[in-house]
Amino acid sequence: MTAFFKKPKRYMPLRQREPKIDAPQGLMTKCPSCKYMHYTKQLNENHKVCDCGYHFPLHAQERIDMLVDEGSFERFAGPSVKANPLDFPDYEEKLSKDRERTGIEEAVVCGKATIDGLPLVVCVMDARFRMGSMGAYVGEAIASAVRRATSLRLPVVLFTASGGARMQEGMVSLMQMANTSIALKEHDEAGLLYIAYLTHPTTGGVSASFAMLGDLNVAEPGALIGFAGRRIIEQTIREKLPENFQTAEFLLESGQLDAVIHREQMRSFLKKMIGLHDGGVHHV
Amino acid sequence: MFDPIKEVTEQLNKLRETAETKGIDLSREIRHLELKLDRLEKDIYGNMKPWDRVQLARNPKRPTTLDYIHHMFPDFMELHGDRHGYDDAAIVSGLATFEGVPVTIIGHQRGRNTKENMKRNFGMPHPEGYRKALRFMKQAEKFNRPILTFIDTKGAYPGKAAEERGQSEAIARNLFEMATLKVPIVSVVIGEGGSGGALGIGVCDRLLMLENSTYSVISPEGAAALLWKDAKQAERAAETMKITAQDLFNLGIVDEVVGEVYGGAHVDVSLQSSLLKPVLLQHMNELLDLSTSQLIQGRATKYHQIGTISE
Ligand SMILES: [Zn+2]
Repeated sequence: MTAFFKKPKRYMPLRQREPKIDAPQGLMTKCPSCKYMHYTKQLNENHKVCDCGYHFPLHAQERIDMLVDEGSFERFAGPSVKANPLDFPDYEEKLSKDRERTGIEEAVVCGKATIDGLPLVVCVMDARFRMGSMGAYVGEAIASAVRRATSLRLPVVLFTASGGARMQEGMVSLMQMANTSIALKEHDEAGLLYIAYLTHPTTGGVSASFAMLGDLNVAEPGALIGFAGRRIIEQTIREKLPENFQTAEFLLESGQLDAVIHREQMRSFLKKMIGLHDGGVHHV
Repeated sequence: MFDPIKEVTEQLNKLRETAETKGIDLSREIRHLELKLDRLEKDIYGNMKPWDRVQLARNPKRPTTLDYIHHMFPDFMELHGDRHGYDDAAIVSGLATFEGVPVTIIGHQRGRNTKENMKRNFGMPHPEGYRKALRFMKQAEKFNRPILTFIDTKGAYPGKAAEERGQSEAIARNLFEMATLKVPIVSVVIGEGGSGGALGIGVCDRLLMLENSTYSVISPEGAAALLWKDAKQAERAAETMKITAQDLFNLGIVDEVVGEVYGGAHVDVSLQSSLLKPVLLQHMNELLDLSTSQLIQGRATKYHQIGTISE
Protein backbone atom coordinates (compact mmCIF):
# COMPACT_ATOMS: atom_id res chain seq x y z
CA MET A 1 0.00 0.00 0.00
CA THR A 2 1.52 3.30 -1.06
CA ALA A 3 1.17 6.43 0.95
CA PHE A 4 -0.37 8.11 -2.06
CA PHE A 5 -3.67 6.29 -1.77
CA LYS A 6 -3.78 6.63 1.97
CA LYS A 7 -4.13 10.39 1.76
CA PRO A 8 -7.51 11.79 2.78
CA LYS A 9 -9.87 12.92 0.07
CA ARG A 10 -9.07 16.61 0.11
CA TYR A 11 -5.81 15.95 -1.69
CA MET A 12 -7.49 14.08 -4.51
CA PRO A 13 -10.65 15.86 -5.49
CA LEU A 14 -10.70 14.56 -9.06
CA ARG A 15 -10.33 10.88 -8.31
CA GLN A 16 -13.53 10.92 -6.34
CA ARG A 17 -15.73 11.44 -9.31
CA GLU A 18 -13.75 9.75 -12.06
CA PRO A 19 -14.35 6.10 -11.23
CA LYS A 20 -18.07 6.49 -10.80
CA ILE A 21 -18.41 7.11 -14.50
CA ASP A 22 -16.45 4.36 -16.14
CA ALA A 23 -15.01 2.05 -13.51
CA PRO A 24 -16.42 -1.44 -13.39
CA GLN A 25 -18.56 -1.97 -10.34
CA GLY A 26 -16.59 -2.81 -7.25
CA LEU A 27 -13.34 -1.35 -8.46
CA MET A 28 -13.75 1.62 -6.18
CA THR A 29 -15.13 1.81 -2.66
CA LYS A 30 -16.19 4.97 -0.94
CA CYS A 31 -15.55 5.44 2.77
CA PRO A 32 -18.90 6.21 4.38
CA SER A 33 -17.14 8.18 7.11
CA CYS A 34 -14.75 10.51 5.30
CA LYS A 35 -16.11 9.94 1.77
CA TYR A 36 -12.67 9.15 0.40
CA MET A 37 -12.77 7.00 -2.71
CA HIS A 38 -10.54 3.94 -2.39
CA TYR A 39 -9.35 1.48 -4.94
CA THR A 40 -11.06 -1.61 -3.58
CA LYS A 41 -7.99 -3.76 -4.12
CA GLN A 42 -5.84 -1.42 -2.08
CA LEU A 43 -8.46 -1.06 0.60
CA ASN A 44 -8.51 -4.84 0.90
CA GLU A 45 -4.74 -4.90 1.26
CA ASN A 46 -5.13 -2.41 4.09
CA HIS A 47 -7.41 -4.74 6.13
CA LYS A 48 -10.40 -2.82 4.76
CA VAL A 49 -9.62 0.07 7.06
CA CYS A 50 -9.68 3.66 5.83
CA ASP A 51 -6.98 6.13 6.85
CA CYS A 52 -9.63 8.05 8.74
CA GLY A 53 -9.95 5.00 11.00
CA TYR A 54 -13.22 3.71 9.62
CA HIS A 55 -13.37 -0.10 9.72
CA PHE A 56 -15.37 -1.48 6.81
CA PRO A 57 -17.51 -4.48 7.75
CA LEU A 58 -15.93 -7.80 6.81
CA HIS A 59 -17.58 -10.87 5.37
CA ALA A 60 -17.02 -13.90 7.59
CA GLN A 61 -14.65 -15.46 5.07
CA GLU A 62 -12.64 -12.25 4.65
CA ARG A 63 -12.17 -12.13 8.42
CA ILE A 64 -11.05 -15.73 8.53
CA ASP A 65 -8.61 -15.26 5.64
CA MET A 66 -7.17 -12.19 7.32
CA LEU A 67 -6.77 -13.92 10.67
CA VAL A 68 -5.74 -17.54 10.46
CA ASP A 69 -2.80 -19.38 8.93
CA GLU A 70 -3.35 -19.97 5.26
CA GLY A 71 -5.09 -23.26 4.60
CA SER A 72 -5.59 -24.00 8.30
CA PHE A 73 -9.30 -23.32 8.53
CA GLU A 74 -11.50 -26.40 8.78
CA ARG A 75 -15.13 -25.36 8.72
CA PHE A 76 -17.52 -27.21 11.03
CA ALA A 77 -20.66 -28.54 9.37
CA GLY A 78 -23.81 -26.56 10.17
CA PRO A 79 -26.13 -27.83 12.93
CA SER A 80 -29.41 -29.67 12.34
CA VAL A 81 -31.99 -27.11 13.32
CA LYS A 82 -35.66 -26.46 12.72
CA ALA A 83 -35.71 -24.36 9.57
CA ASN A 84 -38.82 -22.37 10.41
CA PRO A 85 -39.84 -23.14 13.99
CA LEU A 86 -42.77 -20.70 14.13
CA ASP A 87 -43.96 -21.44 10.57
CA PHE A 88 -43.40 -17.77 9.96
CA PRO A 89 -44.80 -16.64 6.60
CA ASP A 90 -42.18 -16.11 3.85
CA TYR A 91 -39.31 -16.77 6.23
CA GLU A 92 -37.79 -19.65 4.30
CA GLU A 93 -37.84 -17.62 1.07
CA LYS A 94 -35.97 -14.84 2.86
CA LEU A 95 -33.37 -17.35 4.05
CA SER A 96 -32.77 -18.81 0.62
CA LYS A 97 -32.47 -15.34 -0.88
CA ASP A 98 -29.80 -14.45 1.66
CA ARG A 99 -28.04 -17.75 1.00
CA GLU A 100 -27.92 -16.97 -2.68
CA ARG A 101 -26.83 -13.38 -2.17
CA THR A 102 -24.07 -14.08 0.37
CA GLY A 103 -22.93 -17.57 -0.55
CA ILE A 104 -22.99 -18.62 3.10
CA GLU A 105 -25.36 -20.99 4.83
CA GLU A 106 -26.32 -18.73 7.71
CA ALA A 107 -25.18 -15.72 9.74
CA VAL A 108 -22.22 -17.43 11.38
CA VAL A 109 -19.27 -19.47 10.13
CA CYS A 110 -17.48 -21.69 12.66
CA GLY A 111 -14.41 -23.87 12.45
CA LYS A 112 -11.00 -24.85 13.71
CA ALA A 113 -7.83 -23.10 12.62
CA THR A 114 -4.37 -21.98 13.71
CA ILE A 115 -2.85 -18.53 14.21
CA ASP A 116 0.90 -18.78 13.77
CA GLY A 117 0.61 -22.43 14.67
CA LEU A 118 -1.58 -21.89 17.75
CA PRO A 119 -4.80 -23.88 17.42
CA LEU A 120 -8.19 -22.34 18.21
CA VAL A 121 -11.88 -22.54 17.44
CA VAL A 122 -13.08 -19.46 15.65
CA CYS A 123 -16.66 -18.33 15.01
CA VAL A 124 -17.34 -15.35 12.79
CA MET A 125 -20.73 -13.74 12.37
CA ASP A 126 -21.67 -12.16 9.07
CA ALA A 127 -24.02 -9.19 9.25
CA ARG A 128 -24.95 -9.51 5.57
CA PHE A 129 -27.11 -12.51 6.40
CA ARG A 130 -30.39 -11.37 8.00
CA MET A 131 -28.42 -8.57 9.71
CA GLY A 132 -26.46 -11.20 11.57
CA SER A 133 -29.49 -11.97 13.70
CA MET A 134 -29.49 -15.04 15.92
CA GLY A 135 -31.95 -17.85 15.37
CA ALA A 136 -31.64 -21.55 16.10
CA TYR A 137 -28.89 -22.03 13.49
CA VAL A 138 -26.64 -19.27 14.80
CA GLY A 139 -27.24 -20.22 18.43
CA GLU A 140 -26.70 -23.91 17.96
CA ALA A 141 -23.73 -23.48 15.59
CA ILE A 142 -22.00 -21.36 18.22
CA ALA A 143 -22.99 -23.64 21.12
CA SER A 144 -21.74 -26.74 19.34
CA ALA A 145 -18.51 -25.06 18.17
CA VAL A 146 -17.85 -24.03 21.77
CA ARG A 147 -18.55 -27.57 22.98
CA ARG A 148 -16.09 -28.93 20.43
CA ALA A 149 -13.54 -26.46 21.71
CA THR A 150 -14.20 -27.70 25.23
CA SER A 151 -13.63 -31.32 24.30
CA LEU A 152 -10.54 -30.45 22.21
CA ARG A 153 -9.33 -28.13 25.00
CA LEU A 154 -9.00 -25.17 22.64
CA PRO A 155 -9.54 -21.45 23.09
CA VAL A 156 -12.53 -19.84 21.38
CA VAL A 157 -12.48 -16.52 19.57
CA LEU A 158 -15.93 -15.32 18.56
CA PHE A 159 -16.42 -12.32 16.29
CA THR A 160 -19.86 -10.85 16.85
CA ALA A 161 -21.77 -8.83 14.26
CA SER A 162 -25.47 -8.92 14.92
CA GLY A 163 -28.62 -6.89 15.22
CA GLY A 164 -29.80 -9.27 17.95
CA ALA A 165 -32.66 -11.75 17.88
CA ARG A 166 -34.05 -13.27 14.68
CA MET A 167 -37.60 -11.91 14.76
CA GLN A 168 -39.00 -14.72 12.62
CA GLU A 169 -37.91 -17.30 15.16
CA GLY A 170 -39.43 -15.52 18.14
CA MET A 171 -38.86 -17.27 21.44
CA VAL A 172 -36.74 -19.98 19.82
CA SER A 173 -34.35 -17.16 19.04
CA LEU A 174 -34.45 -15.78 22.59
CA MET A 175 -33.67 -19.19 24.03
CA GLN A 176 -30.43 -19.27 22.02
CA MET A 177 -29.10 -16.68 24.45
CA ALA A 178 -29.33 -19.35 27.14
CA ASN A 179 -28.14 -22.14 24.85
CA THR A 180 -24.93 -20.32 23.90
CA SER A 181 -24.28 -19.05 27.44
CA ILE A 182 -24.55 -22.57 28.84
CA ALA A 183 -22.01 -23.91 26.34
CA LEU A 184 -19.65 -21.06 27.21
CA LYS A 185 -20.00 -21.75 30.93
CA GLU A 186 -18.95 -25.36 30.36
CA HIS A 187 -15.94 -24.10 28.39
CA ASP A 188 -15.17 -21.66 31.20
CA GLU A 189 -15.35 -24.35 33.87
CA ALA A 190 -12.86 -26.39 31.85
CA GLY A 191 -10.41 -23.52 32.41
CA LEU A 192 -10.25 -22.50 28.77
CA LEU A 193 -9.87 -19.08 27.18
CA TYR A 194 -12.76 -17.34 25.46
CA ILE A 195 -12.27 -14.04 23.68
CA ALA A 196 -15.39 -12.15 22.61
CA TYR A 197 -14.38 -9.92 19.71
CA LEU A 198 -17.12 -7.36 19.10
CA THR A 199 -17.49 -5.84 15.66
CA HIS A 200 -20.04 -3.49 14.17
CA PRO A 201 -22.88 -3.88 15.11
CA THR A 202 -23.35 -5.95 18.28
CA THR A 203 -26.73 -5.27 19.85
CA GLY A 204 -29.76 -6.77 21.57
CA GLY A 205 -29.78 -10.44 22.51
CA VAL A 206 -26.30 -11.07 21.14
CA SER A 207 -24.79 -8.25 23.19
CA ALA A 208 -26.67 -9.59 26.24
CA SER A 209 -25.26 -13.08 25.89
CA PHE A 210 -22.05 -14.40 24.33
CA ALA A 211 -20.71 -10.99 23.29
CA MET A 212 -20.17 -10.00 26.93
CA LEU A 213 -18.98 -13.30 28.34
CA GLY A 214 -15.36 -13.37 27.28
CA ASP A 215 -12.41 -13.69 29.60
CA LEU A 216 -11.50 -10.80 27.37
CA ASN A 217 -14.09 -8.63 25.67
CA VAL A 218 -12.53 -6.53 22.93
CA ALA A 219 -13.95 -4.53 20.06
CA GLU A 220 -13.08 -2.95 16.76
CA PRO A 221 -12.89 0.86 16.67
CA GLY A 222 -16.20 2.60 16.11
CA ALA A 223 -18.30 -0.55 16.51
CA LEU A 224 -21.85 0.04 17.73
CA ILE A 225 -22.39 -2.04 20.86
CA GLY A 226 -25.44 -1.92 23.11
CA PHE A 227 -28.45 -3.64 24.55
CA ALA A 228 -31.28 -1.30 23.61
CA GLY A 229 -31.57 0.67 20.38
CA ARG A 230 -30.63 4.34 20.39
CA ARG A 231 -34.09 5.49 19.31
CA ILE A 232 -35.87 3.47 22.01
CA ILE A 233 -33.59 4.91 24.68
CA GLU A 234 -34.12 8.46 23.45
CA GLN A 235 -37.87 7.96 23.44
CA THR A 236 -37.78 6.46 26.92
CA ILE A 237 -35.61 9.03 28.66
CA ARG A 238 -36.73 11.93 26.45
CA GLU A 239 -33.28 13.30 25.81
CA LYS A 240 -30.70 13.26 23.05
CA LEU A 241 -27.86 10.81 23.54
CA PRO A 242 -24.26 11.88 22.99
CA GLU A 243 -22.83 11.18 19.53
CA ASN A 244 -20.39 8.51 20.75
CA PHE A 245 -23.00 6.69 22.87
CA GLN A 246 -22.77 2.89 22.50
CA THR A 247 -19.54 3.00 20.50
CA ALA A 248 -16.65 0.70 21.32
CA GLU A 249 -14.72 3.71 22.68
CA PHE A 250 -17.66 4.66 24.92
CA LEU A 251 -17.82 1.13 26.31
CA LEU A 252 -14.09 1.13 26.94
CA GLU A 253 -14.48 4.32 28.98
CA SER A 254 -17.36 2.89 30.99
CA GLY A 255 -15.35 -0.16 31.92
CA GLN A 256 -17.09 -2.73 29.77
CA LEU A 257 -14.31 -3.66 27.37
CA ASP A 258 -10.73 -4.76 27.89
CA ALA A 259 -9.46 -3.04 24.79
CA VAL A 260 -10.33 -1.53 21.44
CA ILE A 261 -8.10 -3.09 18.82
CA HIS A 262 -7.30 -1.65 15.41
CA ARG A 263 -7.82 -4.30 12.76
CA GLU A 264 -4.17 -4.11 11.76
CA GLN A 265 -3.35 -5.53 15.21
CA MET A 266 -6.10 -8.17 15.28
CA ARG A 267 -3.91 -11.11 14.41
CA SER A 268 -0.93 -10.13 16.54
CA PHE A 269 -3.19 -9.31 19.49
CA LEU A 270 -4.94 -12.66 19.38
CA LYS A 271 -1.70 -14.55 18.93
CA LYS A 272 -0.25 -12.80 21.94
CA MET A 273 -3.32 -13.33 24.12
CA ILE A 274 -3.69 -16.99 23.25
CA GLY A 275 -0.01 -17.46 24.03
CA LEU A 276 -0.29 -15.64 27.37
CA HIS A 277 -3.24 -17.76 28.45
CA ASP A 278 -1.61 -21.02 27.58
CA GLY A 279 -0.86 -22.72 30.84
CA GLY A 280 0.32 -20.26 33.43
CA VAL A 281 3.26 -20.95 35.68
CA HIS A 282 1.77 -21.72 39.05
CA HIS A 283 1.46 -25.48 39.30
CA VAL A 284 -0.34 -26.71 42.34
CA MET B 1 -50.55 -31.04 23.03
CA PHE B 2 -51.73 -29.40 26.23
CA ASP B 3 -55.41 -30.21 26.62
CA PRO B 4 -57.03 -27.75 29.04
CA ILE B 5 -60.23 -29.77 29.40
CA LYS B 6 -58.37 -32.94 30.28
CA GLU B 7 -56.14 -30.97 32.61
CA VAL B 8 -59.01 -29.37 34.51
CA THR B 9 -60.88 -32.67 34.71
CA GLU B 10 -57.85 -34.30 36.26
CA GLN B 11 -57.34 -31.44 38.69
CA LEU B 12 -60.99 -31.63 39.64
CA ASN B 13 -60.84 -35.36 40.27
CA LYS B 14 -57.72 -34.95 42.34
CA LEU B 15 -59.31 -32.23 44.44
CA ARG B 16 -62.46 -34.25 45.03
CA GLU B 17 -60.36 -37.20 46.08
CA THR B 18 -58.25 -35.10 48.44
CA ALA B 19 -61.34 -33.51 49.95
CA GLU B 20 -62.85 -36.92 50.55
CA THR B 21 -59.81 -38.84 51.81
CA LYS B 22 -58.39 -36.06 53.95
CA GLY B 23 -61.68 -34.50 54.96
CA ILE B 24 -60.55 -30.97 53.98
CA ASP B 25 -63.03 -28.37 52.83
CA LEU B 26 -62.08 -27.65 49.24
CA SER B 27 -65.55 -26.70 48.10
CA ARG B 28 -64.44 -23.29 46.86
CA GLU B 29 -61.67 -24.72 44.70
CA ILE B 30 -63.91 -27.50 43.46
CA ARG B 31 -66.67 -25.10 42.52
CA HIS B 32 -64.19 -22.97 40.63
CA LEU B 33 -62.96 -25.91 38.63
CA GLU B 34 -66.47 -27.10 37.91
CA LEU B 35 -67.39 -23.71 36.56
CA LYS B 36 -64.22 -23.56 34.56
CA LEU B 37 -64.72 -26.97 33.08
CA ASP B 38 -68.24 -26.03 32.15
CA ARG B 39 -67.03 -22.97 30.29
CA LEU B 40 -64.19 -24.82 28.66
CA GLU B 41 -66.59 -27.36 27.33
CA LYS B 42 -68.70 -24.61 25.92
CA ASP B 43 -65.52 -23.54 24.15
CA ILE B 44 -65.61 -20.05 25.52
CA TYR B 45 -61.99 -20.13 26.60
CA GLY B 46 -60.94 -21.87 23.45
CA ASN B 47 -61.96 -18.86 21.41
CA MET B 48 -59.68 -16.45 23.20
CA LYS B 49 -57.29 -14.83 20.75
CA PRO B 50 -53.61 -14.25 21.61
CA TRP B 51 -54.32 -10.52 21.57
CA ASP B 52 -57.00 -11.00 24.27
CA ARG B 53 -54.41 -12.72 26.41
CA VAL B 54 -51.94 -9.89 25.81
CA GLN B 55 -54.57 -7.54 27.25
CA LEU B 56 -55.05 -9.78 30.28
CA ALA B 57 -51.29 -10.10 30.81
CA ARG B 58 -51.06 -6.29 30.79
CA ASN B 59 -54.06 -5.66 33.00
CA PRO B 60 -52.81 -3.21 35.65
CA LYS B 61 -54.76 -5.18 38.25
CA ARG B 62 -52.96 -8.39 37.39
CA PRO B 63 -51.30 -9.90 40.48
CA THR B 64 -47.61 -9.11 40.87
CA THR B 65 -44.76 -11.18 42.26
CA LEU B 66 -45.31 -9.83 45.78
CA ASP B 67 -49.02 -10.73 45.57
CA TYR B 68 -48.19 -14.36 44.89
CA ILE B 69 -45.47 -14.34 47.51
CA HIS B 70 -47.97 -12.97 50.02
CA HIS B 71 -50.39 -15.80 49.33
CA MET B 72 -47.96 -18.65 48.90
CA PHE B 73 -45.06 -17.90 51.24
CA PRO B 74 -46.35 -16.40 54.49
CA ASP B 75 -42.89 -16.42 56.11
CA PHE B 76 -41.18 -14.63 53.20
CA MET B 77 -38.42 -12.26 54.26
CA GLU B 78 -37.36 -9.72 51.65
CA LEU B 79 -33.62 -9.06 51.45
CA HIS B 80 -32.01 -6.23 49.57
CA GLY B 81 -29.10 -4.93 47.58
CA ASP B 82 -26.45 -5.80 45.02
CA ARG B 83 -23.57 -4.90 47.42
CA HIS B 84 -22.17 -2.57 44.76
CA GLY B 85 -24.14 0.54 45.60
CA TYR B 86 -27.66 -0.23 44.47
CA ASP B 87 -30.91 -1.87 45.45
CA ASP B 88 -33.06 -2.12 42.33
CA ALA B 89 -36.71 -2.14 43.41
CA ALA B 90 -37.75 -3.62 40.05
CA ILE B 91 -36.45 -6.92 41.39
CA VAL B 92 -37.58 -8.44 44.69
CA SER B 93 -35.59 -11.16 46.35
CA GLY B 94 -35.70 -13.02 49.60
CA LEU B 95 -36.07 -16.22 51.53
CA ALA B 96 -39.00 -18.34 52.58
CA THR B 97 -39.97 -21.90 53.28
CA PHE B 98 -42.08 -23.74 50.75
CA GLU B 99 -43.85 -26.69 52.36
CA GLY B 100 -40.94 -27.03 54.73
CA VAL B 101 -38.18 -26.52 52.16
CA PRO B 102 -36.08 -23.34 52.41
CA VAL B 103 -36.18 -21.54 49.06
CA THR B 104 -34.75 -18.41 47.46
CA ILE B 105 -37.35 -16.33 45.66
CA ILE B 106 -36.51 -13.77 42.99
CA GLY B 107 -38.98 -11.88 40.84
CA HIS B 108 -39.63 -8.81 38.75
CA GLN B 109 -41.80 -6.37 40.64
CA ARG B 110 -44.18 -3.98 38.92
CA GLY B 111 -45.99 -1.29 40.85
CA ARG B 112 -49.71 -1.58 41.43
CA ASN B 113 -50.24 2.16 41.00
CA THR B 114 -48.39 5.16 39.62
CA LYS B 115 -46.54 5.93 42.83
CA GLU B 116 -45.38 2.34 43.20
CA ASN B 117 -44.45 2.20 39.55
CA MET B 118 -42.16 5.18 39.96
CA LYS B 119 -40.35 3.30 42.69
CA ARG B 120 -40.41 -0.01 40.83
CA ASN B 121 -39.56 1.52 37.46
CA PHE B 122 -42.56 -0.38 36.00
CA GLY B 123 -40.81 -3.65 36.77
CA MET B 124 -38.02 -2.87 34.31
CA PRO B 125 -34.68 -3.64 35.96
CA HIS B 126 -31.38 -1.82 35.61
CA PRO B 127 -28.16 -3.84 35.53
CA GLU B 128 -27.98 -3.72 39.32
CA GLY B 129 -31.31 -5.55 39.51
CA TYR B 130 -29.76 -8.48 37.65
CA ARG B 131 -26.64 -8.28 39.81
CA LYS B 132 -28.76 -8.32 42.95
CA ALA B 133 -30.61 -11.35 41.60
CA LEU B 134 -27.30 -13.06 40.88
CA ARG B 135 -26.09 -12.44 44.41
CA PHE B 136 -29.12 -14.26 45.76
CA MET B 137 -28.76 -17.08 43.26
CA LYS B 138 -25.15 -17.70 44.27
CA GLN B 139 -26.21 -17.57 47.90
CA ALA B 140 -28.95 -20.13 47.21
CA GLU B 141 -26.33 -22.37 45.63
CA LYS B 142 -24.04 -22.03 48.62
CA PHE B 143 -26.81 -23.02 51.03
CA ASN B 144 -28.32 -25.61 48.72
CA ARG B 145 -31.72 -23.97 48.38
CA PRO B 146 -33.94 -24.32 45.30
CA ILE B 147 -34.61 -21.08 43.44
CA LEU B 148 -38.06 -19.94 42.37
CA THR B 149 -38.26 -17.01 39.97
CA PHE B 150 -41.32 -14.99 39.00
CA ILE B 151 -41.11 -13.39 35.57
CA ASP B 152 -43.13 -10.25 35.02
CA THR B 153 -41.46 -7.50 33.01
CA LYS B 154 -41.86 -5.66 29.73
CA GLY B 155 -38.09 -5.91 29.49
CA ALA B 156 -34.83 -4.67 30.93
CA TYR B 157 -34.91 -0.88 31.17
CA PRO B 158 -33.73 0.82 27.96
CA GLY B 159 -32.04 3.83 29.55
CA LYS B 160 -28.79 5.73 29.29
CA ALA B 161 -27.55 4.85 32.77
CA ALA B 162 -28.54 1.23 32.25
CA GLU B 163 -26.35 1.04 29.15
CA GLU B 164 -23.47 2.83 30.85
CA ARG B 165 -23.55 0.41 33.75
CA GLY B 166 -23.63 -2.62 31.46
CA GLN B 167 -27.18 -3.85 30.93
CA SER B 168 -25.92 -6.36 28.36
CA GLU B 169 -23.19 -7.65 30.61
CA ALA B 170 -25.48 -7.96 33.63
CA ILE B 171 -28.01 -10.08 31.74
CA ALA B 172 -25.34 -12.13 29.99
CA ARG B 173 -23.61 -12.81 33.31
CA ASN B 174 -26.83 -14.18 34.80
CA LEU B 175 -27.43 -16.53 31.87
CA PHE B 176 -23.84 -17.72 32.22
CA GLU B 177 -23.99 -18.27 35.97
CA MET B 178 -27.46 -19.81 35.97
CA ALA B 179 -26.20 -22.36 33.45
CA THR B 180 -24.43 -24.41 36.08
CA LEU B 181 -26.03 -23.41 39.38
CA LYS B 182 -26.11 -26.58 41.43
CA VAL B 183 -29.65 -26.11 42.72
CA PRO B 184 -33.04 -26.53 41.03
CA ILE B 185 -34.48 -23.45 39.34
CA VAL B 186 -38.21 -23.22 38.59
CA SER B 187 -39.44 -20.12 36.77
CA VAL B 188 -43.00 -19.03 36.26
CA VAL B 189 -44.17 -16.30 33.92
CA ILE B 190 -47.02 -14.53 35.70
CA GLY B 191 -47.60 -11.55 33.39
CA GLU B 192 -45.48 -10.30 30.52
CA GLY B 193 -42.17 -11.98 29.85
CA GLY B 194 -40.21 -9.41 27.89
CA SER B 195 -37.16 -10.70 26.06
CA GLY B 196 -33.66 -10.69 27.58
CA GLY B 197 -34.93 -8.75 30.56
CA ALA B 198 -37.12 -11.72 31.43
CA LEU B 199 -34.53 -14.37 30.61
CA GLY B 200 -32.04 -12.60 32.89
CA ILE B 201 -33.75 -14.34 35.82
CA GLY B 202 -35.34 -17.08 33.72
CA VAL B 203 -32.74 -19.71 32.83
CA CYS B 204 -34.29 -22.69 34.57
CA ASP B 205 -34.94 -26.40 34.82
CA ARG B 206 -38.70 -26.01 34.53
CA LEU B 207 -40.54 -23.14 32.90
CA LEU B 208 -44.18 -22.61 33.84
CA MET B 209 -46.54 -20.02 32.43
CA LEU B 210 -49.88 -18.82 33.67
CA GLU B 211 -52.50 -19.41 31.02
CA ASN B 212 -52.89 -15.73 30.10
CA SER B 213 -49.29 -14.67 30.42
CA THR B 214 -47.06 -13.99 27.43
CA TYR B 215 -43.35 -14.48 26.76
CA SER B 216 -41.79 -12.89 23.72
CA VAL B 217 -38.59 -11.70 22.15
CA ILE B 218 -40.21 -8.34 21.40
CA SER B 219 -43.59 -6.78 22.15
CA PRO B 220 -46.30 -7.41 19.53
CA GLU B 221 -46.23 -3.68 18.74
CA GLY B 222 -42.47 -3.74 18.31
CA ALA B 223 -42.62 -6.84 16.14
CA ALA B 224 -45.30 -5.31 13.94
CA ALA B 225 -43.28 -2.14 13.50
CA LEU B 226 -40.13 -4.08 12.61
CA LEU B 227 -41.66 -6.74 10.41
CA TRP B 228 -44.46 -4.87 8.69
CA LYS B 229 -43.54 -1.25 9.41
CA ASP B 230 -46.90 -0.83 11.10
CA ALA B 231 -47.37 -0.93 14.87
CA LYS B 232 -51.12 -1.26 14.33
CA GLN B 233 -50.58 -4.84 13.20
CA ALA B 234 -49.79 -5.80 16.78
CA GLU B 235 -52.79 -8.09 16.96
CA ARG B 236 -51.51 -10.05 13.98
CA ALA B 237 -47.99 -10.11 15.47
CA ALA B 238 -49.35 -11.53 18.73
CA GLU B 239 -50.49 -14.56 16.71
CA THR B 240 -47.58 -14.92 14.31
CA MET B 241 -44.89 -14.52 16.96
CA LYS B 242 -46.32 -17.36 19.10
CA ILE B 243 -46.13 -15.70 22.50
CA THR B 244 -48.95 -17.33 24.46
CA ALA B 245 -48.46 -20.01 27.08
CA GLN B 246 -50.21 -22.55 24.87
CA ASP B 247 -48.13 -21.69 21.78
CA LEU B 248 -44.91 -21.91 23.76
CA PHE B 249 -45.97 -25.19 25.30
CA ASN B 250 -46.51 -26.54 21.80
CA LEU B 251 -43.05 -25.29 20.80
CA GLY B 252 -41.49 -27.24 23.67
CA ILE B 253 -40.27 -24.11 25.44
CA VAL B 254 -42.76 -24.19 28.33
CA ASP B 255 -43.03 -27.26 30.54
CA GLU B 256 -46.47 -26.63 31.98
CA VAL B 257 -49.32 -24.19 31.53
CA VAL B 258 -50.98 -23.24 34.79
CA GLY B 259 -54.71 -22.65 34.43
CA GLU B 260 -56.11 -19.28 35.44
CA VAL B 261 -59.17 -18.24 37.33
CA TYR B 262 -61.99 -17.55 34.91
CA GLY B 263 -61.67 -13.98 33.67
CA GLY B 264 -57.98 -13.85 34.52
CA ALA B 265 -55.70 -14.12 37.55
CA HIS B 266 -56.70 -10.68 38.86
CA VAL B 267 -60.25 -11.83 39.54
CA ASP B 268 -59.15 -13.84 42.57
CA VAL B 269 -55.48 -13.72 43.58
CA SER B 270 -55.93 -16.06 46.47
CA LEU B 271 -57.59 -18.69 44.32
CA GLN B 272 -55.00 -18.16 41.59
CA SER B 273 -52.24 -18.72 44.13
CA SER B 274 -53.85 -21.95 45.22
CA LEU B 275 -53.90 -23.08 41.57
CA LEU B 276 -50.24 -22.20 41.06
CA LYS B 277 -48.84 -23.48 44.33
CA PRO B 278 -49.26 -27.25 43.81
CA VAL B 279 -47.81 -27.06 40.29
CA LEU B 280 -44.78 -25.14 41.47
CA LEU B 281 -44.32 -27.52 44.36
CA GLN B 282 -44.59 -30.59 42.18
CA HIS B 283 -41.91 -29.38 39.77
CA MET B 284 -39.61 -28.35 42.57
CA ASN B 285 -39.99 -31.71 44.28
CA GLU B 286 -39.31 -33.60 41.06
CA LEU B 287 -36.11 -31.62 40.62
CA LEU B 288 -35.04 -32.22 44.22
CA ASP B 289 -34.88 -35.93 43.38
CA LEU B 290 -32.19 -35.35 40.75
CA SER B 291 -28.46 -35.40 41.35
CA THR B 292 -26.49 -32.21 40.69
CA SER B 293 -25.04 -33.55 37.46
CA GLN B 294 -28.44 -34.72 36.22
CA LEU B 295 -29.80 -31.29 37.01
CA ILE B 296 -27.09 -29.36 35.18
CA GLN B 297 -27.00 -31.76 32.24
CA GLY B 298 -30.78 -31.60 32.00
CA ARG B 299 -30.69 -27.82 31.94
CA ALA B 300 -28.17 -27.79 29.10
CA THR B 301 -30.22 -30.33 27.15
CA LYS B 302 -33.42 -28.36 27.67
CA TYR B 303 -32.02 -25.31 25.88
CA HIS B 304 -30.11 -27.32 23.29
CA GLN B 305 -33.30 -29.11 22.23
CA ILE B 306 -35.43 -26.05 21.64
CA GLY B 307 -34.04 -25.18 18.22
CA THR B 308 -32.59 -28.48 17.11
CA ILE B 309 -34.00 -31.48 15.33
CA SER B 310 -33.71 -34.45 17.65
CA GLU B 311 -31.45 -37.17 16.28
ZN1 LIG C 1 -12.52 7.19 5.76
